Amino acid sequence: MPNIEVNGKSYETDEEGYLVNLADWNKDVADHIAQTENVAMTDQHWEVVDFLRGYYDEYQIAPAVRVLTKAIGKKLGPDKGNSQYLYELFPYGPAKQACKIAGLPKPTGCV
Amino acid sequence: MLHIVNKSPFTHSALDTCVQVGQQGGDLLLIEDAVYAAVAGTAVERLVRHALQRFRVFALSPDLEARGVAGQLIEGITLVDYTGFVELVTHNKTCQSWL
Amino acid sequence: MSEEGRTKKFMFVNRKAPYGTVYALESLEVVLITAAFDQDVSLAFLDDGVYQLRKGQQTKGIETKNFSPTYRALEGYDIEKLYVEKEAIEARGLSEEDLLVEVTVLDRQALGKLMDEQDVLLSF
Repeated sequence: MPNIEVNGKSYETDEEGYLVNLADWNKDVADHIAQTENVAMTDQHWEVVDFLRGYYDEYQIAPAVRVLTKAIGKKLGPDKGNSQYLYELFPYGPAKQACKIAGLPKPTGCV
Repeated sequence: MLHIVNKSPFTHSALDTCVQVGQQGGDLLLIEDAVYAAVAGTAVERLVRHALQRFRVFALSPDLEARGVAGQLIEGITLVDYTGFVELVTHNKTCQSWL
Repeated sequence: MSEEGRTKKFMFVNRKAPYGTVYALESLEVVLITAAFDQDVSLAFLDDGVYQLRKGQQTKGIETKNFSPTYRALEGYDIEKLYVEKEAIEARGLSEEDLLVEVTVLDRQALGKLMDEQDVLLSF
């Protein structure tokens, strides 16, 4: 099982770099994963990551992109609830990449 | 619509639910342990007779033979082999397996 | 998934309690995947399947993931047709208030009629 090192501590990930244990997540780990994804975290990025963690906490799944987009639109407004905005923040897919940074498993039905 | 039941009526409620839910004119196929329901003189014969009023009822012959109960079936039940099974599936638009 | 661009009616028929077997979880996962294909999806809960929607599930003690909150996410996936067998909840001493999502309660014959109207039935 591959690991990542953050602040001298080791965290277990799967082959694709997703955290194995949800509870391992913290902001430093998120920053580290973001760097490996070439994403420079801004407030806008954190807003999406925090939203995803809240969604997972409530529903126990990582949402599909379409569902994420809609839910973000509902909560943060239509200027953010659209795929263009989300793909600008996370070029390799908001669900996939943002979920990884948020320490969530890969979304169910992610194709 | 084809209903397939594969559980013994003596340990599972699948056949009972199937008969209560299924609509008039459907087909019912008994396979695996559900073939025990096709045998005459058991505690579930009444349920099967009720099913016969609503559906065409079939039982999978190899499963009956394997269990040694092919000889004493409730009247009105039609025996099918695997080819007959396939024909039932293709003849019906949809299929519900009462697992 | 749709031939000639026509939307098909898919019904997931759930008849198993949530943790004794893997049927319930498997069904839920297929439902979530199917949601991506813009079909007419509905869920029916019969027999012990109604226990999947029971409020207050706490799975820590059996070290199994509690997937019951996920049923509340279905609305966000535009899956809003959830049908529950009247006889099943009554036989188990339950009422609609014991369930964690909004459902339509139908008797067995009404459910059977709905099943008859489907293009695809997925049995769990």
